[in-house]
Amino acid sequence: MPHSHSSDDSFARSAARPLALFGGAAVLALVLLMFLLDFLAGLASAGGAGTATGVDVERQEITVYLREEPPQLNSMLATDAVSGMVLGHVMEGLLRYDENSQIVPGLAERWEINGTRAVFHLRENARWSNGEPITAADFEYAWKTALDPATASQYAFIFYAIKNAEAANTGSLPVSEVGVRALDARTLEVELEQPVAYFDKLVAFVTYLPVSAAFHRQMGERYGADADTMLYSGPFMLTSWVHGASLRMERNPHYWDQDRVRLNAINAAYITSDSNTLLNLYKDGRIVQVDLSAEMLEGAMQQRWHLDRFMDGSVFFIDFNHRPERVTRNLNLRQAMQLAQNSNELVDRVIKLPGYLPAKSLFPVWLQGVERPLREEYPAPEAPYDVALAREYLERARQELGLTQFPPLVLLADTSPVATISSQYYQEVFKRNLGLDIIIDAQTFQQRLAKMDAGDFDIVLSGWGPDYNDPLTFADLYASWNLNNRGRFASERVDALVRQAQSSTDNAARMAAFGEIQQILFDEVALIGNYERGRVYATDPRVKGILRRVFGAEVDYTNAYIEVAP
Amino acid sequence: MWQYTLKRILQGIITVWFIATATFLAMHNVPGDPLSGGRAISPEIRANLEARYGLDKPLGEQYLQYLGNLLRGDFGISFTQQNRQVNDIIREHFPVSATLGILAVLFAALGGVLWGALTALYRNRLPDTVIMFLVILGISVPSFVFAALGQLALVNVNALLGVSLLPVAGWGGVGHMILPAQVLGMGTMAYLTRLMRSSMLEIMHSDYIRTARAKGLPPARIFTRHQLRNAILPVITVLGPAIAAITTGGFVVELVFAIPGLGRYFVQAVQQLDYTVIMGTTVFYGAFLVGMVIVVDLLYGWIDPRVRLQ
Repeated sequence: MPHSHSSDDSFARSAARPLALFGGAAVLALVLLMFLLDFLAGLASAGGAGTATGVDVERQEITVYLREEPPQLNSMLATDAVSGMVLGHVMEGLLRYDENSQIVPGLAERWEINGTRAVFHLRENARWSNGEPITAADFEYAWKTALDPATASQYAFIFYAIKNAEAANTGSLPVSEVGVRALDARTLEVELEQPVAYFDKLVAFVTYLPVSAAFHRQMGERYGADADTMLYSGPFMLTSWVHGASLRMERNPHYWDQDRVRLNAINAAYITSDSNTLLNLYKDGRIVQVDLSAEMLEGAMQQRWHLDRFMDGSVFFIDFNHRPERVTRNLNLRQAMQLAQNSNELVDRVIKLPGYLPAKSLFPVWLQGVERPLREEYPAPEAPYDVALAREYLERARQELGLTQFPPLVLLADTSPVATISSQYYQEVFKRNLGLDIIIDAQTFQQRLAKMDAGDFDIVLSGWGPDYNDPLTFADLYASWNLNNRGRFASERVDALVRQAQSSTDNAARMAAFGEIQQILFDEVALIGNYERGRVYATDPRVKGILRRVFGAEVDYTNAYIEVAP
Repeated sequence: MWQYTLKRILQGIITVWFIATATFLAMHNVPGDPLSGGRAISPEIRANLEARYGLDKPLGEQYLQYLGNLLRGDFGISFTQQNRQVNDIIREHFPVSATLGILAVLFAALGGVLWGALTALYRNRLPDTVIMFLVILGISVPSFVFAALGQLALVNVNALLGVSLLPVAGWGGVGHMILPAQVLGMGTMAYLTRLMRSSMLEIMHSDYIRTARAKGLPPARIFTRHQLRNAILPVITVLGPAIAAITTGGFVVELVFAIPGLGRYFVQAVQQLDYTVIMGTTVFYGAFLVGMVIVVDLLYGWIDPRVRLQ
């Protein structure tokens, strides 16, 4: 190479100017382009409200986030928590849950439930967001449409307490035979199959929300797909929905109970499930509340944030495959596994997420009994953590099954972080304490359910969230006819007790039935409890009255208000 | 040239058909289907749902029907968002991904050329060492790390300044685009810097540069007219695939910055086994990728006549 250093130097110096010019031009071009894009984006859509601050005192607005986008907001088809959260703000049914998860009047000002007949009396001032009155016919239409086999609503079973509902839903009777009838514009009569002690609690569920028949027919398939393809009956109404980006809920001027609502608008301006992003948004003052994970807790305490915790109501547990060809059908094996693990250890030393509780029963601690919580009236039986005893049970199981050695067991689990570390925990303790080989089969939620339906597992990390505030929402999970009983556990006594709890209106007898079910499920080791899910969250101190709860909207801003320091 | 163009397009169509078929078969062989939810449904309702979406027909018939719809440009209705057309989802969300992608590529290309030229000029000296170290960092660190770090830095800067310099996440204004585009373009920029540097060095010692020097042309002119212009060719070659890769591969950045791009819908659809959305987005992305490669091939032939002769 003939080039000397000095010639390179002079070359570099003289080339620096065009290079700097190029750089400057590049930056300028980028800036211009961004403004052009900004302008075009402004033309293309109404634009998200992504620059608003978390608390707007002047306009009485708050900004929040959603973990996911609601798939659609048709109450007859909704199945997920995010849809439930949005619908909890923009819709109201006959009855609703208050801040203590007790039933209070919604659009119905009073109601009577006598045996198999229920009558709901609607308020005179119950109005849709377009000002038209909400009538009993709107409820009849919504319920019957949801039950129509052609609608194929996944939550249609929630109506099965109503006379002929199941038959209509499975197509053996016409929908017109379903026992719900609008007697006049303001009276709705419901006929039940049998007396149902918790029917008022069912009526507060999302699928029981009203739908304006005329409007629904007019919108057709588009109903619930956009902000303007729905009518609203709740304290707020959706005024904008930019798919994937934001939803804006504004105060509904036609809502009957205006005194309850103090905010003018709730901006769901961010849709992401990334917990670090949400924490950053909270730190930057963009959102009013954020859920914290274990590693965020220390920082939050140092910052002296206002922290709260709440149980979201779900219980997670190991479920067994009771199909004949599986070794997990053997009671002694299940008992060995029950004795060889410890849910306290799982929660305190493995999961380590704040707000989680070790699960001791199918029934979570918050369920109400006759007078006190169910779990106080009927304490959950607990197995000791006893490895020696566990090995005795294992040996008995081995002999009963006639095996020289246990085959590897397939542990089916979700792919979520908590499911992953939980399955690793069980793999480790069952290997260490019992010498069992566990093969972890991690699947996405939907694929896990499909494999459970097909019986393609030995043990599975499963979970259950309640639909209504009655222990039956958990208890009937192990009824032999329940399609969600994917491990096919079957006990005649449990079936009889579930039937009793479904039809009895004697509260004490029902709770006693739940107590007995709890004992049988423990004796038979139908499940091994993992954890009850909890959350720890930080709230902007200026915003008061935000509710976190199990039923209705998971996060409820309907009663929230902004308190400005004097 | 026309024959060449036609041949490339035909090849592209076959590639897209292959992508569609492979995705279709793979998707239907995964356990589970989009109809299973958290609450079990009775066989009667399942049958109704299957009939509604045509899942009750044999797989071969479904495939033919699917190909027929594809030819008409109809991807069907989403399973999870039951009242939205897949076409609407693509139409509404691809422009967002594309905007972000184009910005990221421009950022990467302009930056790559600038830094690459700079390192070549200052070869084996301090600026070169520093930039090349950063380049290795840029190539090896995945974009979600940059995204998290960039966002954290922004929060701290905003807190220090007491005003919001840029929004932390979200979508809507030009401010929302700056950080995500830079994060998204970072890897490509690092790659292009390296490419530009080696290309510049190669040309620096070529005969025509020596001739230009011997002619007594001013160095600045040699640099812009002869060196930069020729060195940029390989950069243009990789730009096409880079645009496609960035536009289609931005889902992590979209998730972190809460951007309503198509990538998020694609990932979500795979998780929820939303058949129609999976097929729609895969075929769309596949066609887009193939299209970009063809465009670049043709452009390259136009810029460099040697390619056409082969």
